[in-house]
Amino acid sequence: MSNSINMESPLHHAQLDSLVGQSSAGGGVLLHESKYLGHLNLRGNAQDVDFLSGIKKVFGIDLPTAPCTSATGELAQIIWLAPDEWLVMVGSGSEYDVELKLRAQLKGHFAVSDISGAQTILELSGSHVIELMKKSSGYDFHLESFPIGKVVGTTFAKAGAHILRLEENKFQLVIRRSFSDYIWLWIQHGCKECGLTIV
Amino acid sequence: MLLIKCPYCEEQREEEEFSPAGQAHIVRPLNPEELSDEQWARYLFFRKNPRGLHHELWLHAHGCRKYFNMTRNTVTYQIMETYKMGQQPSVTASQEVK
Ligand SMILES: [Zn+2]
Repeated sequence: MSNSINMESPLHHAQLDSLVGQSSAGGGVLLHESKYLGHLNLRGNAQDVDFLSGIKKVFGIDLPTAPCTSATGELAQIIWLAPDEWLVMVGSGSEYDVELKLRAQLKGHFAVSDISGAQTILELSGSHVIELMKKSSGYDFHLESFPIGKVVGTTFAKAGAHILRLEENKFQLVIRRSFSDYIWLWIQHGCKECGLTIV
Repeated sequence: MLLIKCPYCEEQREEEEFSPAGQAHIVRPLNPEELSDEQWARYLFFRKNPRGLHHELWLHAHGCRKYFNMTRNTVTYQIMETYKMGQQPSVTASQEVK
């Protein structure tokens, strides 16, 4: 396409791509930015059966309606934000098509907003990732209080973040665009003891 | 640091995630144009400042971003209960002499 616009992640200036494979002493934490995913903010009534069935028709999975839960399907990963609000993450560039599908299926009182440019996703993993999480957030990261698949809206280095546990030692952070540079600096600083590898 | 149970997230969370938002259960008058300046000012500006039980509005700012209500003792900081918007407190000071 002519007139194409180059997409830039909020961490564009950090040039993470050129740092892949590089690590500081130890490399106990692995950082990966899942950039350019489509982020759709979805609002609706979780008691409305038509709303729930419409979502299921589009994504093939049930909307996670219990507090702090998530659901992953082939097309999308959906996390609970509030009793009437969810974040739907879809493949890069597919957000507009997904939004059209949602608008075709859903009726009545609902809202879909494309907020892809407003936030980015960091994946943190590695043998020392729990230590980084503990020093960054007041939440209890024990598996009993934070099992795999759970999502928690909390603070990360005092900045708001939605943290999803993907594996015992793997977390996904949804962070605001405006906080991303600060959090990138924080993560580098917080990993000084155990080392950081960009993947 | 207070531990506050968000009635929507259904969990105890750190105070850092929340913002206080003043007195709870303030109802906006349905007929503002019929009120005197004093009545309107009472709605806008006048707040209780009790020593003891108080019903407050809080926001789970970094969590679900929902407002909810809290019954709290302003002397001891003990939180008696938190409850959703639209609900009434189960702990009240009505038995006590004000
Ligand atoms: Zn909450």
